[in-house]
Amino acid sequence: MSATPSLNANLHDGRFALLASGSWTAVHAGELEAAIGRAADEVAKAGEVSIDMRDVAAFDTYGAWLLERLIRQRSGAGQQTGVVGLREEFQGLLQDVHTVNRKEEVPKAKRHGLFSTLGEFERVLTEQVRGFLPFLDMLGAICVAAARVIRRPRDFRFTSMVHQLDRVGWQATPIIVLITFLIGCIIAQQGFFHFRRFGAENYVVDMVGILILREIGVLLVTIMVAGRSGSSYTAELGSMKMREEIDALRTMGLDPVEVLILPRVLALIIAVPILTFLGSMAALYGGGLVAWLYDGMSPQIFIARLHEAITVTHFKVGIIKAPFMALVIGVVACAEGLQVKGSAESLGLQTTTSVVKSIFLVIVLDGLFAIFFASIGM
Amino acid sequence: MASKAEPVIRVRDLVVGFGDTTVLDRLSLGVYRGEILGLVGGSGSGKSVLMRTVIGLLPKRGGTVEVLGADQDKASESELRAVERRWGILFQQGALFSSLTALQNVQFPMREYLHISEELMDEVANAKLEMVGLSRADGVKFPAELSGGMTKRVALARALALDPEIVFLDEPTSGLDPIAAAEFDALIRTLQSTLGLTVFMVTHDLESLYLVCDRVAALADGKVVAEGPIASMLLSDHPWVKSYFSGERGKGLAQVAQAETRG
Repeated sequence: MSATPSLNANLHDGRFALLASGSWTAVHAGELEAAIGRAADEVAKAGEVSIDMRDVAAFDTYGAWLLERLIRQRSGAGQQTGVVGLREEFQGLLQDVHTVNRKEEVPKAKRHGLFSTLGEFERVLTEQVRGFLPFLDMLGAICVAAARVIRRPRDFRFTSMVHQLDRVGWQATPIIVLITFLIGCIIAQQGFFHFRRFGAENYVVDMVGILILREIGVLLVTIMVAGRSGSSYTAELGSMKMREEIDALRTMGLDPVEVLILPRVLALIIAVPILTFLGSMAALYGGGLVAWLYDGMSPQIFIARLHEAITVTHFKVGIIKAPFMALVIGVVACAEGLQVKGSAESLGLQTTTSVVKSIFLVIVLDGLFAIFFASIGM
Repeated sequence: MASKAEPVIRVRDLVVGFGDTTVLDRLSLGVYRGEILGLVGGSGSGKSVLMRTVIGLLPKRGGTVEVLGADQDKASESELRAVERRWGILFQQGALFSSLTALQNVQFPMREYLHISEELMDEVANAKLEMVGLSRADGVKFPAELSGGMTKRVALARALALDPEIVFLDEPTSGLDPIAAAEFDALIRTLQSTLGLTVFMVTHDLESLYLVCDRVAALADGKVVAEGPIASMLLSDHPWVKSYFSGERGKGLAQVAQAETRG
């Protein structure tokens, strides 16, 4: 069965005979192709070629196609080509491949020049800009669905929202508390280390308090939520889109935005401020702990200084931003999820895009809020 | 054509279950070289489970599975790999790789297992696509752009890519219109006779059973309750087999088949 295939050229009676043997199968296709190439060179000048297939032990599509290709080549070069001795059971296969690969090649895509590179650049740029339009679409759809639900509160998927709240809020709590705690520790340690040089240790508490409550707490939490929950929203809705579940909902007269997206986005809007609060507290706790262990500042003093340094305004600034950022994450994640096309690759792509864009937009929004709060003096 | 002496798939006393349920209960079945075996059974009777166990995707609780002479439990990893190269599988949904074009899907096993030139790979893959009734233009399409019937055809071409000895087909004609299903049946027949394939086919399609299969095995209660040529199915006493083959649809086809054999 596994005999190496060969094709040897013999000259007798003024005509070339190619004697084939071995198994002409997929496993040996590589060697066979080389053997046929050599044999074809040898008989290049002959007027007539006959291929003797009597000793071929096994034969499959690969063998059949290679034989057919040889016949086409030789006939194309004006030689009389014939096959003799091919076993009965192999004949059908040779006939099958006789009709294939007859049509012209499909032209391949042209290579890119400088112009097309520029064109590509323009295309990518406009695509990026247009990429934000679906978010507006989604925001509008969510507002419409929310308005509808306010008019008919019984239609609201309360159970679904509670389930999502459990996923994005409750289950996210441990990791978010842990990470914000660590960041609080690090900020305080760095503060003490550098402020100590000019004797300003006391101000570390101000820095930690203001930084965490105004910026770091909410930013860290939203970035974590975008990576953790936003991506899962996108993947979930994307695979539902792939399996036509969303189309099924629509044909049953239900609005996917109302059924799937509104509960998810609302769950985020509720969960993120709570997580921000918990995160900020954990970070302050970490800061206090470092102050005590690293700088010897007792917890009582830390709390007293913190009390002087921060006001409710700082806390408000942080917490007011949280629901808006949650809305941005939810809108981006759901809009990207609905953009998923049929393939697994597109699912991965949209999930990445969702995380990148929501983090980007969260930071942009944070900047806008900074300007806003500065101008109203908060 | 089917030499009864040489079973290429031999299943003995197979037990497969999930949790508390036992899906297959001491099931035995043989598939012989060069035949087309149709496996029928009600929904949830374990047809797909049997197929997936035979190809090693599901763990079994007891019994032996032997494919092409290699026992699943005794054979070494490399022997099993070698057997895997000698079979092709058509999954129910096609299971085409969505990031590759149709042609690349067909070339995938070739690229992994064979050391052949890119040119030959293109030609053979195109040949395979043409043999299952697709054109060259279809080769550059991605799975998401293919219709259901085309997806099945590409999947069949991929299953046949290495010229396997056995092909497993999981409901090859489900979801196809009757014309496409009939074409697919004819295609399987032709390929089987030219390539000398052994075909293990899970199907619900009575027409396929009548027109394509050499032998039919009926699965019920976790066992093979009837086995043999389609004509012998009509004689079975098992209630499920009876209602399956002697129901309104079954009867009609039986009459057509009889008329054909007479005429």
